[in-house]
Amino acid sequence: MNTEEAPVLDVSRLRVAFDGIEVVHGVDLTISPGECVAIVGESGSGKSVTARALLGLAGAHSQATAERLHIDGLDLRAAGEREWRAVRGRRAGLILQDALGSLDPLRTVGREIDDPLRIHLRLSAAERSARVLELLADVGMPDPAFAVGRRSGELSGGLRQRALIAAAIALDPPLLIADEPTTALDVTVQARILALLDEIRGRGTGVLLISHDLAVVSRMADRILVMREGRIIEQGPTRTVLESPQEDYTKALIAAVPAQSPRGARLSMTPEQPAIIATTAVPTPPAAASAAEAAPLLELAHLTKTFAVPGGRFTAVDDVSLSLRRGETLGLVGESGSGKTTVARLALALTAPDRGTVRFDGGQWSELAERDRRPKRHRIGAIYQDPLASFDPRWKVGRLIADAANGAATNGAARPDAARPVVAELLEQVGLAASVADRRPLTLSGGQRQRVAIARALAASPELLICDEPVSALDVTIQAQILDLLDELQRQRGLALLFISHDLGVVAHMADRVAVMQAGRVVESGAADEVFARPEHPYTARLVADSPRLPR
Amino acid sequence: MTPGSPTDERRSIRGATLRRAGLLVAGAVFVLWAVATLTFFAIRLIPGDPAQAILGGPGSQASQEALDQVRRDYGLDQPLIAQYFAMLGRLLTGDLGVSYALKLPVADLLGAQLGGTLLLAALALMLAWILALGLAIWSTGRGRVASALGEGVEITAAALPHFWLAAVLIAVFSVGLGWLPPVATGTLAGFVLPVVTLAVPLAGFLAQVMRESLLDAMQQPFVVSARARGESALGVRARHTIRHASLPAISLSGWALGWLLSGAVVVETIFAMPGLGRTLLQAVTLRDIPVVTGVVLLVALVYVLMTVLTDLAARIADPRLRQEAGR
Amino acid sequence: MSDLELQQATAVSAASHAPARRRGRMPRIGTVLAAAFVVFLLAATVAPELVATQDPNEIAPGDAFQSPSLAHWFGTDESGRDVYSRVVAGTATSLLIGVTATAIGLALGLGLGVLASFGGRIADFSVNRLVEVLFAFPGLLLALLVIVVYGPGPVTATVAVGLSTAPGYARIIRGQLVAIRSSQYVEAARVLGRSPARIISRHVLPNALLPIFVLATLGIGQAIVWAAALSYLGLGAQPPAAEWGAMLAAGRTYLATAWWMTVFPGLMIVGTTIATTVLGRALTRRGRGER
Repeated sequence: MNTEEAPVLDVSRLRVAFDGIEVVHGVDLTISPGECVAIVGESGSGKSVTARALLGLAGAHSQATAERLHIDGLDLRAAGEREWRAVRGRRAGLILQDALGSLDPLRTVGREIDDPLRIHLRLSAAERSARVLELLADVGMPDPAFAVGRRSGELSGGLRQRALIAAAIALDPPLLIADEPTTALDVTVQARILALLDEIRGRGTGVLLISHDLAVVSRMADRILVMREGRIIEQGPTRTVLESPQEDYTKALIAAVPAQSPRGARLSMTPEQPAIIATTAVPTPPAAASAAEAAPLLELAHLTKTFAVPGGRFTAVDDVSLSLRRGETLGLVGESGSGKTTVARLALALTAPDRGTVRFDGGQWSELAERDRRPKRHRIGAIYQDPLASFDPRWKVGRLIADAANGAATNGAARPDAARPVVAELLEQVGLAASVADRRPLTLSGGQRQRVAIARALAASPELLICDEPVSALDVTIQAQILDLLDELQRQRGLALLFISHDLGVVAHMADRVAVMQAGRVVESGAADEVFARPEHPYTARLVADSPRLPR
Repeated sequence: MTPGSPTDERRSIRGATLRRAGLLVAGAVFVLWAVATLTFFAIRLIPGDPAQAILGGPGSQASQEALDQVRRDYGLDQPLIAQYFAMLGRLLTGDLGVSYALKLPVADLLGAQLGGTLLLAALALMLAWILALGLAIWSTGRGRVASALGEGVEITAAALPHFWLAAVLIAVFSVGLGWLPPVATGTLAGFVLPVVTLAVPLAGFLAQVMRESLLDAMQQPFVVSARARGESALGVRARHTIRHASLPAISLSGWALGWLLSGAVVVETIFAMPGLGRTLLQAVTLRDIPVVTGVVLLVALVYVLMTVLTDLAARIADPRLRQEAGR
Repeated sequence: MSDLELQQATAVSAASHAPARRRGRMPRIGTVLAAAFVVFLLAATVAPELVATQDPNEIAPGDAFQSPSLAHWFGTDESGRDVYSRVVAGTATSLLIGVTATAIGLALGLGLGVLASFGGRIADFSVNRLVEVLFAFPGLLLALLVIVVYGPGPVTATVAVGLSTAPGYARIIRGQLVAIRSSQYVEAARVLGRSPARIISRHVLPNALLPIFVLATLGIGQAIVWAAALSYLGLGAQPPAAEWGAMLAAGRTYLATAWWMTVFPGLMIVGTTIATTVLGRALTRRGRGER
């Protein structure tokens, strides 16, 4: 038998259309046993549709055709629902992004894993439940006997994802398709899940890994396919693609990974401004040099904030002290639930600390009465992860910005007409056309919305900008543009930035100094290069080690 | 924040559920007390002399002696606040007073009617559930025509007033076809039209909710996960989406029962069925205050009990609710 | 939960599912039909003589109990009056009752909702408890209690229906206001240093307005049904009046012989309720930037 040599997946000219509109234009793909192939692309590239079409699950209104579509040697081009069902779960498993919803929240994990056994095999209930426990142990579930009776909502993100993987590999399918399997997870958890997938691949399973993150796939993929607008535009062995990319788009994707580029380097590539030139050409901003001697603009001293939870109080922020000078960027990194956002809200005086104080520009801030603080509020701006939610849904872009600009000094009525030139100028500064003023934010793309949010923040002439995960929801190339924009504006205006992110790479790229948060405490802080090059605290060291990066 | 061990977590969830149950019962007692108080004082707003009403209204020409006697008998000569506490005390012993019109203890009067009305409401609730679930399942996942048709049927059903639907059903099935009796006869056949009348509009409301949550559930990633394991479309429905679709409808059952009891006023009147609703309407027309108060309290009690039960049922059906309480 | 909350919730979620099912830029056929029906109702309210075919009160004993025909579209009643013209004549009364009851319920609900969401913790707690207590008088029960106190009649019935819908409105409006107040765009306005008064007038109230308007649209149909039910039970408008519920009550006696006396006034109630529901849903979709 030569099944060892035969590919587990062999697809050529795969096309997928929705209601007659083609979104995947002829994809070719083969995966051998034990091989990991990654498809990398940004949102809308068609990568997820491709993955689902391979299992006949592209959706009710879709039509998928291919010249060849073989899974484990089985021709599926003309497969009906019955044939597909025999393949799904048995010859190919699927793992979706953990959105808490990939496992049915009403059923126990055990029953979800039991499903493929029940559907495809004729085993007794006892045999099946024994196998479920085995599978849970296999995927590294700490206490399988306990986990089997839990529902997805009762497990942490990492354990949930392990359970989902257990269900997908229950019948040891030769092909495993993983669609963004680690996207919602913290980096340390992500590293462990990737290690588990790698282990499964080591047993001879062919893995198709779908991701938007080049750095994530570079860890385990043998080959990379770069997908854009429904086409594979470049492919090859991982090292070749990363080290000598042929297509501009691939180059842009690689350049956009922030951890690769030093502070001040441009991440985004526009045709006029290749990244290579920019990297060497950007001088150190003068502001940063003199910043060291200046008095701190923002000072957080021994801040503690607790919230009431049933049966006690939860300490979200625990004795945190930070300071930030004019023109400087302080990066705040930590995983979800570490208290980063609470620090941002304390700094913005949107919530009052239980203990400790916030001082701004040498004066009181957290201790001021709201009435006295209000006239000064425009000096601290904020941008958020989801800009759309921070825009009044009835207002157009022009009014949003004009309102912020007019109110800065007077708190008076906004006169949109008088503000038009101001709005146009601000839009231009953030790289948007003046005509955007007449659009509704809902009709803009994610990157454009974040630009509008930045323009609005700038309209009030802030000295300090608090950025809470400002690029987390964006595609890498868009993320690169926004980071570049923030960097540029900071230099032009001498802005101080409090930059909050879970993404070490992004923070390393943006920040002069960093503070690492874990469970409400700052465990380590210092100059960014120092902290990331020689982490002292074990938690920081683990974060650094687990953060995905491109091989050098 | 992170619990020490899984057992701790389980214990804290169970503790939260107990706390929740305690809160629900306390809330229920409060609501009942407030309903009794509100009703008591609202009734005092009625112009005219209650003693007159007891003796058959102003037209009865009752003697001053008779009026005084009645006032003493019914405690109406006491100060208002004393009357209020006396009423609360009687309520605690299950005493709802004596009907002005029928001169019978209200508790006995209503006790005899409660069973029939509850049976009617329960049957209607069951039928509404079946109709709604059937319609919701039938009209989803079959394309736009079925979906639009489903939406149309739901909106129409929910718009049907009981009194009109009853009349149309009588016109068709009793007068026209002669299949079913136009009034309740105490037989099973007599129950059919009243139950259908109550159930159809309710089914319209429930189906709207069920269909929306079914659509919601069908778009969830766990559906793709399940199908990727080889589950059939039917299996996905049976094991996954129907349960999700039922959740909001379970929570609605408390409201639904209240709605049915209110609808029973109309339906029992039209079909000449004995029951709480018809008794209430007669009492409202005759201004038989103790009976009105009694029915209101009884319905509030049933409604409150049902709310507590549905809340607990929703917790059993949806473990996520238990979890929330644990946080 | 009240039927009003149900209506609102389903309208919102129906709208959220709508874009997946259709992409057309044209309004739905159902919306057009509903709008046409509402236009007819408004015409019948403003100028019944133009819409009616005959004098609604003209008695013609010889023409009694005529079944529907070209001359009498909806047939005639026991006095030979034209049912269609009477239905048209009753539109104004029925709509007035429905709209007034909705306005009463909405005004009370708005007051309570605003008090709960802006009045601080104690006000919020008290209003929530009050609403809970009022919910324990389900459906017509509160209305019947009001009628016991103030006696039957069209005015009492209208007020009673308005009162019994108020708790539902209060709860939805409170929820809406609380959601807007804790939204990120209100927080963004705070970060810009805006005063509470300005935030309420510029952001909270304007954003609450459309949903409340939609709510009222959805509520009118139900208010008409309830008011008609009271009329039917003899506690609202009384039979000689050409109000839909009262006409139905009058037709009840002749159900076996003249079904049209019952069916057509009822159809008007059903049609009105369907039309307001469909329009309410269309408005919700529009509010979300869809057609």
